[in-house]
Amino acid sequence: MKAAQTPHKKEVPCVFGRPPQLPITKIIRLSAALLARHRRCSTPTAALSLPPRVCSLRPESLSCRLSTIYSWHFTGKTKLCSVDAAMATTKPRLSSFSRNLSAVSSSQTPGVKCGPNGTMFVSSGIADLDKILGGGFPLGSLVMVMEDAEAPHHMLLLRNFMSQGLVHGQPLLYASPSKDPRGFLGTLPSPASLKHDKSRDRESEQEKGLRIAWQYKKYMGENQPNFDSHRDNKQDYCNEFDLRKPLERHYFTRQRVNCVGIQDSKNLAALQEHCASFLAQHQRNDGSCALAGRIAIQSLCAPQCEHSNMDWEMLSFIKSLKGMVRSSNAVVVITFPPSLLSLSSTKRWQHMADTLLSVAAIPDEDKELAKLLSGYQDMVGLLNVHKVARLNTQVPLILEATTFSIKLQKRRFLVLECLNQAPVDGSSGSSYGTSGSCSGSSKAGTLDF
Amino acid sequence: MENQNLNLLDRALGLDGPSEPWPLSGRVVLIEDCVETSGSFVLHQLVKRSLSPTSSNVIIFVAFANPFSHYDRILRKLGCNLVTQRDNKRFIFFDMLMLRCPDVDEGKSSEGGLVLLYEKILKTICGLPGDKKDYVTIMIDDISLVEVAANGGSDYVLDFLHYCHALTSEFDCSLITLNHEDIYSSMERPTLILQMEYLADILIKAEPLSTGLATDVHGQVWLSDYLSSQRT
Repeated sequence: MKAAQTPHKKEVPCVFGRPPQLPITKIIRLSAALLARHRRCSTPTAALSLPPRVCSLRPESLSCRLSTIYSWHFTGKTKLCSVDAAMATTKPRLSSFSRNLSAVSSSQTPGVKCGPNGTMFVSSGIADLDKILGGGFPLGSLVMVMEDAEAPHHMLLLRNFMSQGLVHGQPLLYASPSKDPRGFLGTLPSPASLKHDKSRDRESEQEKGLRIAWQYKKYMGENQPNFDSHRDNKQDYCNEFDLRKPLERHYFTRQRVNCVGIQDSKNLAALQEHCASFLAQHQRNDGSCALAGRIAIQSLCAPQCEHSNMDWEMLSFIKSLKGMVRSSNAVVVITFPPSLLSLSSTKRWQHMADTLLSVAAIPDEDKELAKLLSGYQDMVGLLNVHKVARLNTQVPLILEATTFSIKLQKRRFLVLECLNQAPVDGSSGSSYGTSGSCSGSSKAGTLDF
Repeated sequence: MENQNLNLLDRALGLDGPSEPWPLSGRVVLIEDCVETSGSFVLHQLVKRSLSPTSSNVIIFVAFANPFSHYDRILRKLGCNLVTQRDNKRFIFFDMLMLRCPDVDEGKSSEGGLVLLYEKILKTICGLPGDKKDYVTIMIDDISLVEVAANGGSDYVLDFLHYCHALTSEFDCSLITLNHEDIYSSMERPTLILQMEYLADILIKAEPLSTGLATDVHGQVWLSDYLSSQRT
């Protein structure tokens, strides 16, 4: 790391002047690149002609007579005779942060959008998370969120997920170990008013911010065609939820929402029945997509439930649930506290998940972390993406980052951001990170970049 | 053989030679992976090689993890049409997604479910025409879900695997299984995985790179071939 070589604070020149030394921006970028390079391997050579979509291997070393290590990766180029349009993909698969959304076509059903490999996505309720996961949660998949005992951040994800479904009119089945599951619906957030949507968009236009300023409306269509075209639609694919505003009651009528308590039942048979009948209504018929359904199960192995010590029973339930959801137009989100399961069971649960996320709490006053990360004060927690669903494909989605900070903008809106390292100051030893985020540092005087 | 696009995995397994006799016949292959890196791509690659036009292999695919459509789409991109192969009786798919041995009578029925599965496999092999009987490959995806289906009765799962292993000597078929190594690494006595590793002739491990994340390289594969080392 080049941290030791950063110049002293007093010597850092103004960006607009003629710097005799490297400007701090370049140092930060160099450090980041070094860090990234340290993590990355050298690019593999295509030593052999590559078959379409199959691994290409090269021997790294021959460590012993018996074993050989290969590195493998998938090539993006495919040659295939497409049977139907949905399967034909001739674009090379780039490992970029967000999937190429321009290939997406809008589907007839609101709240559902087509994805690659014949999959269809529904939104998670958090726009940043949809972008990270390459479109959202694929229908037919099982999403698991590992809870942190210290903080209930998984509830934020669950609430947004449930609200998004209700706003789109998608039926919801909610299971919870609490005594009154229906009461939870009162805490669901409502979509933000249109006024805030635009101002948030404006804040996110960092580099182009100076240019567009108050005339952002003129440029909104040009800059982000993918997202803004959705914004104009009456029903957005992903809404911005205001966590301080409760969802209007008319959204959770009995027909749309079914709440099940799992605390009192002896085993999971009743819950399985509910899920089976719910999923039967959303059976996938080839081609068409009727309304998508959502199942949200909170804290499946919570200790107050009787089944919480029946390891194999729970695994069996998840396996059959996954089998049922594969053939239906629904998404299942299960949250569970991994600390309450044995290590081996936790691994089994993790393997069963198609998409695996975990949330972690951030201690309130951690000086070490404050030095390390920028924008630490605004962070509520951390989100880790362990696995992204790969339905109908063997090519993994390689993310540029797997850990994101959960922030509440204006204490209302959930955003996920990449972690940024705070610039380290050589002389005083304190970090600029303590004063604010990278993009809007309060010590901006000589450090505007 | 020249027109086939072979890669190093194929070469390491000896699949670059003549396809008859099938290099993997009579052998047991175990694929191990972990949460971070899935090893199912090795399975897909082996399906593709087994069903190549020059070989006359028949695959009995016992699927616990994904439905037929998932494999169909993947293999189509690899250049192999599973629907056609299924119609030609070269790819026999057992959909075990909803298999659940009822826990009313725990001991007996968990075993019962797996015994039935074994009988089904045996019946299928015996029902094949004479020339195809010698080129059967049994693939199981994946063993950890077989355990879940058996309600945790790993002894029954082991019995089932031993019976399948007996088929490799009786009918000269190959047995390819996938299991998740990290599930067992924290156990005190990981009997199942140890026994499977003992039975295996070829062990293929998919792991993430020791150096961390990379955009171009997704992981590394260890291949241990015990049989050929014994010959030397």
